[in-house]
Amino acid sequence: MAGIEVTALHKRYPDGTVAVEHVDLSIGDGELFVMLGPSGCGKTTTLRAIAGLERQTTGDIRIGDTLVNDLPPAERDIAMVFQFYALYPHLRTRDNLAFPLRAEGLPKAEVRERVDEAARLMRLIPLMNRRPRQLSGGEQQRVALARALVRRPRAFLMDEPLTNLDAELRADMRTEIKHLQGELGTTMVYVTHDQVEAMSLGHRIAILNRGRVEQIGTPLEVYDRPASLFCAAFVGSPPMNLIEVEVADGKLCGQGGLALAPPPGLPRDRRLVAGVRPEALEVAEPGAERSVPARVVSAEWLGDEVIYVVDHGGQRDVRVRMPSTVRFAADAKVGLRHTGGAPAVYDVRTEELVA
Amino acid sequence: MAVSVNEAVSPGPVQDHPPPARRSSGRGRAMLEVALLTVLAVVMLFPVLWMIETSIKENRDVYAVPAKFFDFEVTLDHYRDVFIASGGGRSALSVSFLNSVIVAGVSTVLATVLGVPAAWAYSRFTLRAKKDQLFFILSTRFMPPVVVVVPIFLMYRYVGLIDTALGLILIYTAFNVPFTIWMMKGFVDEVPAEYEDAAMLDGYTRLQAFRKFTLPLLVPGIAATAVFALIFSWNEFVFAIFLTSSENVRTAPPAIAGLIGGTTVDWGLVAASSVVFALPVLIFAYLVRKHLVAGVTLGAVRR
Repeated sequence: MAGIEVTALHKRYPDGTVAVEHVDLSIGDGELFVMLGPSGCGKTTTLRAIAGLERQTTGDIRIGDTLVNDLPPAERDIAMVFQFYALYPHLRTRDNLAFPLRAEGLPKAEVRERVDEAARLMRLIPLMNRRPRQLSGGEQQRVALARALVRRPRAFLMDEPLTNLDAELRADMRTEIKHLQGELGTTMVYVTHDQVEAMSLGHRIAILNRGRVEQIGTPLEVYDRPASLFCAAFVGSPPMNLIEVEVADGKLCGQGGLALAPPPGLPRDRRLVAGVRPEALEVAEPGAERSVPARVVSAEWLGDEVIYVVDHGGQRDVRVRMPSTVRFAADAKVGLRHTGGAPAVYDVRTEELVA
Repeated sequence: MAVSVNEAVSPGPVQDHPPPARRSSGRGRAMLEVALLTVLAVVMLFPVLWMIETSIKENRDVYAVPAKFFDFEVTLDHYRDVFIASGGGRSALSVSFLNSVIVAGVSTVLATVLGVPAAWAYSRFTLRAKKDQLFFILSTRFMPPVVVVVPIFLMYRYVGLIDTALGLILIYTAFNVPFTIWMMKGFVDEVPAEYEDAAMLDGYTRLQAFRKFTLPLLVPGIAATAVFALIFSWNEFVFAIFLTSSENVRTAPPAIAGLIGGTTVDWGLVAASSVVFALPVLIFAYLVRKHLVAGVTLGAVRR
């Protein structure tokens, strides 16, 4: 087991495409570290560079104390799980699991012991004599996980391993992976574009955009105080409402007169945007205290909650999350007010968090 | 995602059950279809049948008017003449057949050995101006052989490749490599790169990963591609007739063509040598038909 240090990673392909601009990561020993970002943000390239499947243009990668820049993938002592499972199609489950160990040249008895252990852990015993084609997607992914386990590597690298599974199975596997990682205590780097996956799995999350790290933090930090407008718009479903605000008399005022609690240390003379979570707003009866007049544009009934899209005279409609006990029809006249604490405030020009 | 040859091939003939309504009203239609297909089959197959018939007729029956369809004496003299010279020993035609086998075989093997790894590289790696490179490779096939045969003739004369088997092998390989690269790239694209990634993490080098995991999955594609390359080299006429002249280098197509044009034409011999010429490709295609169908359809289906 070991931590992973990525320093000033830069990857440029021969055709001129820059996949990773500049990435610094410090992943702790035993940490479940998630890299989150839209497609093309460089998260997979970074992971593949850690694995040794891509050679970075510049920058250093250390696994434990070893500088692994020039080591081939096999000598880095890591295991990787792919989106398309990559089980060898002509091998049965048992042989797929044993394959990396046999490639390593371990004695037969130890191979059998380790394969059985991994199979038990991933509940694969009944599937040991099947070929990948005879397994469902979830089963194939369990085999792929087990194949990573048998190596007892210093770190697991997961490249969107759940993307090809259907929603229900994905939730199950998510729990399973988290549990497994906790049990083994092995460092895991997990790449995904699914923020729910990132939030529920990660000890820490790195949000990447255009080959750069936008923010690194615990799921709560990332959710509460996104470090940039990009993070604010990327995390959360629905994401933060970005409301243009002005500072007046020590108060933070949005368009249409919506009053927000002002955070300390607001800069002057800059155009600012406040990021307000949908649950920090409230739809109330028209004329309610501290509310501004607004109109319900539409309502999405999700069963346990309602997402109201509300027009309060601002540039953009805002989204408000309410319990489903509160019911307003579309087009109803309502009042909109801010109920949460001080919101995160961003500079419009630099797109960075200022307060 | 796994490419499975069995899935693509095994289902066998598909049972077609037309709905009952169509069946009752479609009897006339079915007869019409059969009639049309029969006409088509006769038109397509008659030349082949006539060639086979001519090859086993006595010469006087070949020229008989009206033509004899059935009541002629069967002889295999023409086939003997294809292989054995009139004074004994090997005939010129048999030498040319052997040349064809060597030239087509070697050039196909060369094109495959060069083209498959190239296709793999083009599929797997990011390269500078990859599209332009691929277009350049394809562009070498834009011109028909007749257009380039004169400059190639001059070049060959200069370097001493005129009238050599090596010259023909090189030019056929040059024509088959672009085709192989393009066709094989489609097949390699179908095989997920993750197999190789996983194998590399398991301790193989990139080339070993290619050889052990990707290559076996490419066999149907390679078979299909090689058959096409082989057919091209086997049938090629223009280069063969321009670049070779002596009987011991010449391949079969110009040799057979050379049989026609004297004061008398031994049609029986022409027909027999044509049959002998057609057989190897037919047999080869039949042997690899499973891979051929799988290969062609696999390459055709895009995800």
